[in-house]
Amino acid sequence: MSPASLLALEGLAVARGGVQVVDVPSFRLEEREFVAVIGPNGAGKSSLLLAMMSLLPRAAGRILHRGREIRAERDAVALRRRMALVLQDPLLFDATVYDNVAAGLRLRGLDRRETRRRVSTYLERFRLADMADRAARRLSGGEARRVNLARALAVEPEVVLLDEPFSSLDLPTRQAIADDLERTIRETNMAAVLVTHDQSEALRLSDRIVVMNRGAIVQSDAPAVVMNHPVDGFVASCMGMETILDGVVRRRSGYEIVVEVAGREIDALGEPLPGESVYCCIRPEQVLIEVVDPTQTSSARNVFPARIASVTSVGPYLKLRLDCGFPLVAHVTGESFAALALAAGKSVFASVKATAIHVIRRAEGSAQWPRVA
Amino acid sequence: MDLFAEGIWKAFQLLAAGDPEVLRIALLSFQVSGAATLGSVLLGMSAGTAIALNAFPGKRLVVAVVNTGMGLPPVVVGLFVSIFLWRNGPLGSAGLLYTPAAIVLAQAVIATPIVMGITVSAMQALPPSLRLQALALGATRVQMVWILVKEARLPLMAAVMAGFGGVISEVGASIMVGGNIKGYTRVLTTATVMETGKGNFEVAIALSIILLLASLVINYLLTLVQQRERPR
Repeated sequence: MSPASLLALEGLAVARGGVQVVDVPSFRLEEREFVAVIGPNGAGKSSLLLAMMSLLPRAAGRILHRGREIRAERDAVALRRRMALVLQDPLLFDATVYDNVAAGLRLRGLDRRETRRRVSTYLERFRLADMADRAARRLSGGEARRVNLARALAVEPEVVLLDEPFSSLDLPTRQAIADDLERTIRETNMAAVLVTHDQSEALRLSDRIVVMNRGAIVQSDAPAVVMNHPVDGFVASCMGMETILDGVVRRRSGYEIVVEVAGREIDALGEPLPGESVYCCIRPEQVLIEVVDPTQTSSARNVFPARIASVTSVGPYLKLRLDCGFPLVAHVTGESFAALALAAGKSVFASVKATAIHVIRRAEGSAQWPRVA
Repeated sequence: MDLFAEGIWKAFQLLAAGDPEVLRIALLSFQVSGAATLGSVLLGMSAGTAIALNAFPGKRLVVAVVNTGMGLPPVVVGLFVSIFLWRNGPLGSAGLLYTPAAIVLAQAVIATPIVMGITVSAMQALPPSLRLQALALGATRVQMVWILVKEARLPLMAAVMAGFGGVISEVGASIMVGGNIKGYTRVLTTATVMETGKGNFEVAIALSIILLLASLVINYLLTLVQQRERPR
């Protein structure tokens, strides 16, 4: 354990209502680090944030701030005064926007002048300067989220913990607030832990992604590693691998393997040996759709005749569910969809490069996640 | 009907003349009920907040007892406070029976469960995560409670009004422990009862008008305080 870690959790166990919701043997947060925590509902993400602030009674374990253990309530208050928490629900006080943003500063006993200066700065940062005197409870959803963020960050914490601060906001508002938040965090050099369901948000903002399931940390790595080398099918599913196929390795030549899936052969790269059970994980954006057989013109090793089972519009693109003898999900732009005259029921060719298939060794009893989202 | 109209007219004459006896009675009423309300607010709000914010075995039973206490019959309170203050009673040596202090005590016993009950429900109506939010902002436990009290200020002010309204209009306990002694423990309600019994309706009506107007003014002032800092 490096004493330099800004915040460290050791052997932390938290139970709520008799159920263990957090079981983290080790977690460290470094200075200026931006960590995204993702996982399904009930994975223990929010409880982890509350535990980091010593807001939940611990069944076991230690919390260390710069190597110093948090023991008494007095230590916990001192720790919380170096941190900020942004809950999903803004929970603004029944006061003006100004008074809400000033709340944390007043609790810390800052003098009136410094309070005014900080509040003005953070009202500006979050584009709230013209609504300082408005009643916080009468703001729109987006404005209330901005006040919530300004209130948390005005205390200029060392660490800000964000529990889905953008949920249930429309896309433009979400994007605008996320931009302001990211800029503030980067400019003020504070560390951040963001709980989110949105993997693209996690990828865009974070230096490290922590994937949680059932209270435990399943993987904690750089975004590219988690995205491209998920340790198991659960992480793959969390990171948007919409196609996860059961297979058995039939042949191996060097690092190139052939996996049999539903009677078809898929070329991939990996270390598993012939006979081993594996999962083949394929991102939807890595699947190419053609209406003529591309075998002669493409370098793709895996070309599968397929039928479009369904088409769903997902914001800026369309999601195709294909039946290749096994299920496969592909994303195409609206332009490609129109150009290829695609439609549900149409026969097409789906191709995937061998390098785009992530192969995970299958552990016994590990098939507990949705295979095709 | 003539009796009623004549009574009102004479009452206004009495009020306009500034009858010293009527004014003394009115002043004592507000002093006694004000002191009783203050005591009940200090005790009822702190106990109510503690009950609402803490989990403990038997909490529901305690809340049920407090809620029952909100409807305590004043004569029952008067009876028990009299027994306590009686010469041979547990507090007999203090010599408080038939003094304004005895009325304050009895009225505080009536008002405290009212203030406490409304405080419990006001604090419990706040979102549970508000406590978490306050602590996360760096509040100590005392600061957290203060934040919650400020958030619940509207219903808490209603608790003060309900407590004051309950005791300023109460007669049974006041007459039992105060004795309605002229110039000493005579308050608006006990005087009204006495004057009505004697057939002095104009005096009784004058006292009732003072009681109603004063209650209106005090509740209006409390409402102003309640609404004062509410941002728009």
